[in-house]
This record gives sequence, structure tokens and C-alpha cells, in this order.
Amino acid sequence: MSIDSATVRHIARLARLAVAETELESVRSDLARVLHLFDDLAAANVDNLNPLAHPHDQVLGLRDDVADQPDRSEELLALAPAAQGGYYLVPKVIE
Amino acid sequence: MSSASLAALGADLAAGRTSAAELAAQALDRAQQHAALNSFISLQPEAALAHANSVDANRRAGRDMHALAGIPFAHKDIFCTKGIATTCGSRMLRGFAPPYDAQVVERLAAAGAVSIGKTNMDEFAMGSSNENSAYGAARNPWDAARVPGGSSGGSAAAVAAGIVPFATGTDTGGSIRQPAAFCGITGLKPTYGRVSRYGMIAYASSLDCAGVLARSAADCASVFSAIAGHDGRDATSVDRPLEDVQALLPRPLRGLRIGLAREYFGGGVDAAVAAQVRAALAELEKLGAVLVDISLPSAHHAIPAYYVIAPAEASSNLARYDGVRYGHRAADARSLDELYSRSRAEGFGAEVQRRILVGTYALSAGYYDAYYLRAQKVRRLIALDFAAAFEQVDLIAGPTAPTTAFRLGEKSDDALAMYAADVNTVAVNLAGLPAISAPAGFVDGLPVGLQLIAPAFAEARLLNAAHQLQQATDWHTQEPQA
Amino acid sequence: MNAQIAPPPAAAGWQAVIGLEIHAQLSTASKLFSGAPTAYGAEPNTQASLVDIALPGTLPVPNRAAIRKAIQFGLAIGAPIAPHSVFARKNYFYPDLPKGYQISQYELPVVGPGKLKVRVDDGRTIEVEIQRAHLEEDAGKSVHDAFHAETGIDLNRAGTPLLEIVSAPVMHSAAEAVAYMRTVHTLVRWLGICDGNMQEGSFRCDCNVSVRRSGTEQLGTRTEIKNVNSFRFVEKAIEYEIERQIRALENGEAIVQETRLYDPTRHQTRSMRSKESADDYRYFPDPDLPPLAIGAAEIERERSALPELPQARRERYIAVLGLPEADADQLCSDRATADYFEAVLAGVPGQAKLCANWVLGEVAAALNENAVEIAAAPVDAAALAQLLSRLREGVISGKIAKDVFAAMWAGEGSADVIIEARGLKQISDTGALATAIDAVLAEYAGQVADYRKGNDKLLQFFVGQVMKRTRGQANPQQLNELLKQKLAG
Repeated sequence: MSIDSATVRHIARLARLAVAETELESVRSDLARVLHLFDDLAAANVDNLNPLAHPHDQVLGLRDDVADQPDRSEELLALAPAAQGGYYLVPKVIE
Repeated sequence: MSSASLAALGADLAAGRTSAAELAAQALDRAQQHAALNSFISLQPEAALAHANSVDANRRAGRDMHALAGIPFAHKDIFCTKGIATTCGSRMLRGFAPPYDAQVVERLAAAGAVSIGKTNMDEFAMGSSNENSAYGAARNPWDAARVPGGSSGGSAAAVAAGIVPFATGTDTGGSIRQPAAFCGITGLKPTYGRVSRYGMIAYASSLDCAGVLARSAADCASVFSAIAGHDGRDATSVDRPLEDVQALLPRPLRGLRIGLAREYFGGGVDAAVAAQVRAALAELEKLGAVLVDISLPSAHHAIPAYYVIAPAEASSNLARYDGVRYGHRAADARSLDELYSRSRAEGFGAEVQRRILVGTYALSAGYYDAYYLRAQKVRRLIALDFAAAFEQVDLIAGPTAPTTAFRLGEKSDDALAMYAADVNTVAVNLAGLPAISAPAGFVDGLPVGLQLIAPAFAEARLLNAAHQLQQATDWHTQEPQA
Repeated sequence: MNAQIAPPPAAAGWQAVIGLEIHAQLSTASKLFSGAPTAYGAEPNTQASLVDIALPGTLPVPNRAAIRKAIQFGLAIGAPIAPHSVFARKNYFYPDLPKGYQISQYELPVVGPGKLKVRVDDGRTIEVEIQRAHLEEDAGKSVHDAFHAETGIDLNRAGTPLLEIVSAPVMHSAAEAVAYMRTVHTLVRWLGICDGNMQEGSFRCDCNVSVRRSGTEQLGTRTEIKNVNSFRFVEKAIEYEIERQIRALENGEAIVQETRLYDPTRHQTRSMRSKESADDYRYFPDPDLPPLAIGAAEIERERSALPELPQARRERYIAVLGLPEADADQLCSDRATADYFEAVLAGVPGQAKLCANWVLGEVAAALNENAVEIAAAPVDAAALAQLLSRLREGVISGKIAKDVFAAMWAGEGSADVIIEARGLKQISDTGALATAIDAVLAEYAGQVADYRKGNDKLLQFFVGQVMKRTRGQANPQQLNELLKQKLAG
């Protein structure tokens, strides 16, 4: 499967990874090589097979409805690169 | 001393011939001596000695001691350690000190094992050589010009060099087994869900598995017993009784059917490596095991399926690194989008970015069915392959890696060549099975690994077979000349 | 839709088509995937746990109670409960979404298709098809005005459990949409799965609106109005949007499929340009969460614990208790009111209308005046039943009963205590009543003469005077009879 520059730009945008226009072609050809590896999947006979998303077809573990997590906001906000007044800060978002 | 078994170290500690503090100090010294291996991202001498002293105090007070109490070890830097920097090999998490301990960290700390530091790794566990670390490549103690394997390369190097008797690791596509093979030690990847993933930084959640690297199967069994078990904080953690893997180690192998998967000895596998693995299997045969030729016909689909599924999950798992709540944040971003895309482009290395892009692509509209969904169906096919094989045999065997350790830089510019090195390991993760890599001799002075694969939850069978092999051979006792 | 009754046209020649996605916050103590509390109004980020801020290595573990509440809703709308449902990741970047994805359900929701009967204000009943209901986590909140060049992020709400209830596009007016939303609102509160508090955002909806030429089948291009959190706003927003779309189409403009925001100050909707136009959410099964299995036994356990539903109860009130529709509707508007009514009725058997009148009259007025919930009313059902019994027995008159009720509300004690303490028992003793009448007739001899000449209207005057003399305690019926006898001479 081939991939064009516009698709690379779109994918990089979806993934929020800055790719400079000058690097676009090298990223594109690199991805094209990797994607080529996947052509093999088309050859597999998977008719009538259900996808396997979790090993052993596991069943989900649940928890009881108990609010047992204490307020650790001071400690957690201290990990943030930018926080003030109890809030995490990001550049102004315009709705 | 540096090559003593956990049982021997435990006996010395119990008899008072040594102390936790002494062992920790020695391990820290060796870590300094072997600094050139770059097997550690960080060392915590003060915390280690403080913990060791408290373990010694408990012992002196006559408390009941766990078999691992006082034994020094190291954690792969993917496990969150409270108040101690946990980088996951990434610039993104430089200086990040988590406010909590992973389940594996809690378990080992509670046992009294003394962590001396955090080992080097490929960034976010993405790699097979440890060259994708933001903290520099780790080196192979058998030949410093060669890679230790990856992604748990630092753990493997630290154990092989005798710095610590065991280290934790994680295995998403072979990241415990392949470095264990490259470094001549034993590495156990348990069944998916057997060891809690809580606090283990995610790469590909449906494949990620915590395990152990050590000098012998018996040592792996001891550590596995300490870290395995149900954890309500991980919804994929399995709640079922655990076999006493240590008690089952002495069981004779008579009648054990071992399947030699034809595909695992196929085209890409170095002939000398294959021959050496067959020699190890011959030893098992001498011990009473029955060798059976089998086929895993879908094995060749494992690499493409893995390199769709793992990056797809990774692209989502790594979306949280956005420069807002923790981790690297680009300076002077003028908009939210710029903050995101620059923080991520600066914080992630090339391989991580490559996999994020590939995974995003595989999940995106128009490609989901052809890539992600199809890969999940192939995953089912591969699981069915194993299920059919285990109708005939008790274990499946083959070389862990197609070659011995390659040179630094040899494959670092070629992603596909690097991916191909995982050919015999990734299928095990896709099916969620337990597997072990045990030393199987040497080719040109470099270690070769034998991989044994068992049905889900049959870790005891794996450890038993590897232990019996190690009772009859001395490959695992060889040490690099350094 | 009820086929016999034509829905009202939005504008001549056009038909609106409306579907709602209602987000009901499930009333749990902890979040959907973490043990952080869900209380409203806490200081920013004090209820955001390690899991909620998406620290590396943390994992989601689903809350059993949230799943049970979703099952209850599904059973209440007659929907199948999926034996296996799947949590999926919806991937997008936004600062209020810490993981970079929202855990939701996509291909296999927990609740399948169901139906709900809805009474519209104009008296029609429509049946609204609900396509599905699924569990998902809420996002945090962005605060735009507190900082100069930055936006503040509060993640307290992140991870709060929501049930998203998706209707089919089967409503054709703002009135129908609002009636449906009210019916769902009543139902989720009735089941006790959501507090329904709209000011706090516990119950809000996205409205999908399109219009098409009357008589055509093909759906027009729709717009989605996000996050509307009052019934009135939903009505206004949909009305505005229908008009806007018709006007645009009549002017030959195309409708753009987009997300719009409702501006309650201008009663207008406007395009949200900041949202990406080409969203690609890359849904896939969450690898941290294997499929959710719900067994038949568990479903039966929830089914047997389900309360009588509002629709069934309303019908019973009309058919069995003989209440007027309007009374039944009002009593069943929330479960606490209906339960209160039934508890009162239990103490005054056979007096459904009397009980309904009091619950919807005096009680409702007092609750309203004092802004109290019925569950916290100072006069409980048993106390009211005692008062109504005394009224029924003729111990007190209706007028006195209202005074006694006021005293009960003020905390002066039970009906019996107040009647006794204030000496409010009706005078049914003929002798005492006769004495009072005689005194009045003696005082007003002139009026007596007039009455006897034929001025019948004066009877009420005499009644009033006797009541005054007996401080209202005379039994009205007895007084009337005795007075007529005496006047007749």
C-alpha cells in the first residue's frame, strides 16, 4: 500500500506530531516501507474468524462503587509543567 | 559472589554470613565498575541502603523473612517507583517522579528485595536493541560493541554482568526473551494477565507483560512467585490460583512432548544458531523429553500482525503525553496545537514517532478494516495455530532470536531489519502465552537462547523444563570476561 | 411514531426531523473507572485521581454500580441487555481529555434498542424509539475567563459516569423533543440512576436537527447542537435551528453538517468553528478492558428489583383509582411524589381523589413556597393521612384542616395533637349548636323577620354569625339543618 504526502500530513495532525514540510518526504518514504510489510496480511485466510482483541478472550474485572481515592491535587499539580490556582494551564483555547 | 543463585544468597543472608546492606553496597559498586555498559538510567544508592538496613533490622528482630528479603535487584525503568524518576527511556519523561508504586514494585518491596536502580531500555519499550533509549544505548557484556537486545536491554546486561542477580523486565513482542538470549541469561515472560500491569507504563496494553530476567530458571521461578497474582487495579489481571512453580522444578521430564516448530528454524534463522538450539533440545531429549516435529502454519503472519496491533494501541496509549499534566512541554508554544505537536515531536524519539504514525494510520478511517481489524483476525488465526499445536505437544521450542547479538548501529537505520529480529517472539504475545528463553550455548563466543513456549498459565511446565536443562548443562553458568 | 396523528408542521411545506442524544450522569459515589469521588462543586482538581489525570501506568477498572444502573435503564425501556458489550476508545486531543481518548462504547453498547411512550403537551401520545444507550466517561472542564493568556483545566468531572441515551430521528417538533426529554428525565430520576440536576449538568443533551420537504422520505443534512442543559433551551434551540435551516434552504443555501452551540442569551445557535471539521476518532476496542459480560441471572436480579414504572403507575391511577388524567400525570411526574401519595392513601383507604387533591394542592404549594423536596417535607405521609382521616370522619371541617396542616408544617405536632390543643373539634353536639343559634337569632331579630318574609339569602348571614360565635367549629351540615328548622319557627 502506498501513502502520499497529504495522508502523512493528515496522520501527523491526528497524532499531534509536528512534521516539518522539509521532512515530509522522508517520513513518507519511511512509512511506505513499513506499510509495505502489512501487504502480507491480505494474504492470510481469515474468513469466518472473529477478531481477537484480548488474549484468552478474557472477561472484564469490575470494582465496587467506593470513593476511596483521597485528594492528592497538590502533589499531582506539582508534576505539571504549568499550573496555577489549582488548575492545569494550557495556551488560551478559543471555542 | 556475583554469580551466586538466589537460594545461595538467601542462605547466606539467613545464616548471617552477609547482610542486605552488604549485598546492596556490592551491587552498587559493580554497577559503578560496569558503568560503560550503560545498563542503568539511574541508581538509587541512598534509598537502596536505607531499605537494606530496614530489612536487616527486621531479620535481626526475628521476623519471618521472604526468600527474596535482602537480595539486591534492579527494575526496568518502565515500572513506576514512588518518588523515584521513571523515564521509560524517553526524553518525554525526563525527571518524572511518579507519585505511586507499580504492583510489581510493591510486591518486591514487600518481599524485602532491595532495588538499587532503574535499568536502561528502548524508549517506551519500542525496540529490539536498546539503541532507542534517550539515555544512550546499553551494551552487551559479552561484547561491548554489540547490543544487549531490547527493549529490556539494561536489565539483561545488568544481570549478565553480575551487577544484580535478577532484574524486572517487560515483554510486549520479545522484550524479555530476546535480550535474555543475547546476554546469555534466563528470561521469563509469564501468561498475559498473570502479573499485574498496574504502574507499568503502557506500550501495547493487550500484549504488555511484566516478567523477570535472572541467571537461572530456578531464580526466575522464585521471583515469578513473588510478583504473580491477581490485582483488582488491573481489569485484565487474571483471578485464578497460582501453581507452586518452585515445588514443581524437580519434576522429571520423562514423556514431556516438545514440539519443534518448523517455522522457528526457517529462512531468517542463522544456521549456527539453529544448530546450537538443536543441541540444547538434544539435551532435553536425553532427560526423557520427546521431540516432535510440528508446524505453526500462520507463524509468518505474526510480524505484520504485531506491527499493526502494537503501534495501533501505542498510538492511543501515548496520546496522554501532551505536555499538560506531566512530562516534557515545548517552550513558548503560542497555541494549544503547537503545544501538543511540538511537545510530542521534541519528547518522543524517532522509533516512537514512527510507531505512533503507523498506528494512527492503521486505525484511521478508510484503513481500519484492511489493517487493524484484519490484523486482529490474523491474531485469532495465530492463537488457533498454537491451540492446535498444544493438542499434540506440551511445549513448543525454537531459537529465541534468529541471530546472536548484532553490532551497535548494524540495524539502527533499518526499521524493517530490526522488526525481523522479533520473528520468533511476537506470536507468543499475540496469543498471550507464557514463554522462557534459556541459555543454549554459544556461537562465536556469543550466547544463544532456546525459547520454550507453553499453553496459558503453564509457567510451571516452562520453568520445570528449563530448570532440568540447567541441572544437566552449564551454559547458564558461563560468565562474560569483563 | 403514532401514524394516525399528523405531527404539527414546523413551517408550511417543511418537516423537521429531530433526534436527541441525552447524557445522564449516573449517580454513583465514585467515577466510572476510578475510585475518585463524583461530588459536584469541589475545588478544582481535588477529585482527579491518578487514573483521572492519566498518569503513566494507571489503568481503568469499571464501576459495578454504573453498569447496574445502565442495565436498569435498559430494562425500563424494554431494551435487550448485551451479554457482551465492548468499551472502545474514542481518540482525540483536547485539554479536558487527559488520556487523549474517551472510553465509551461504540459497536456493542450495553443497552440495545427500546421504546418510550411520550405525552406531548397537545395531548397526543407518541412512541419514541431509542436506538441504544451506552456507558462512557465524562470529560473535564476548561475555564477560559479566569486566566489572562491561558485556559485553566479542571479534571474533577473527568471520568464521571454517563449514560448516553440515543433516540432515533423520529421527533418532528421542538415540543415533541422536549416532551421526550422530560419523559426520559422523569424515568432516570424515577429509577434513581441519575439525580437529573440540570444546573449541575447531570442531565443534558445534544440535539440533531434536520428539515426536509413535507412528504419526502430522504433526511436532510443535519446539524448537532451540543450540550444544551435545560428544557427551555432545548425548545428554543431546536425552534431556532429549524427556522434557520428552512430559511437557508428556501434561499437556496445548503446546510453544512456541523456542530453548533446554543447561545441562551440570544436564543440562537452558532457554528463551533474551533472543532475540527474532519474528525477521525479512530474507535477501537480498549485493550485495557476486555468485553463486559452480563449474565442472565444478573439481568433477572435487576429486573425483579425494578420499581413500578411511571407509565404503568399513571395508568393504574386512572383505571384502578379513578383519578383524572391530569392528577395522574402530576402525581407520576416523580417517584417521590407518587410514593408519598400512595403512602397517604394507605392511611385513608378509598379516598384517592381526596389524597390527590391534598398532595397536589396544599402539600405541593407548601413545598414550592419553602423550596423543599417532598422527601424532606415536615409533614410526612402518615401525618397527612391522620389529618385527612379526621377530615373524613367529620372531626374537623375542610377549612379547619387547612389551618391544622399549616400548624403541622410549622412543627406544632400531629393533627390530633393540634386539634386537641387548639380545641378545634367540630361542634356536632345539637344542644351546644342550638344554644349558639338561639343567641344569634335573638341578636338579629330584624333579620330573622326579613328572612321569614322571604329573603332566603340571609341564611348565609346567619351561618356566618354562628360560625363566628363557635370559632368555626360548627359542623356545617348540622348547622344548616338546625338553622333552617329554627328559622322555620
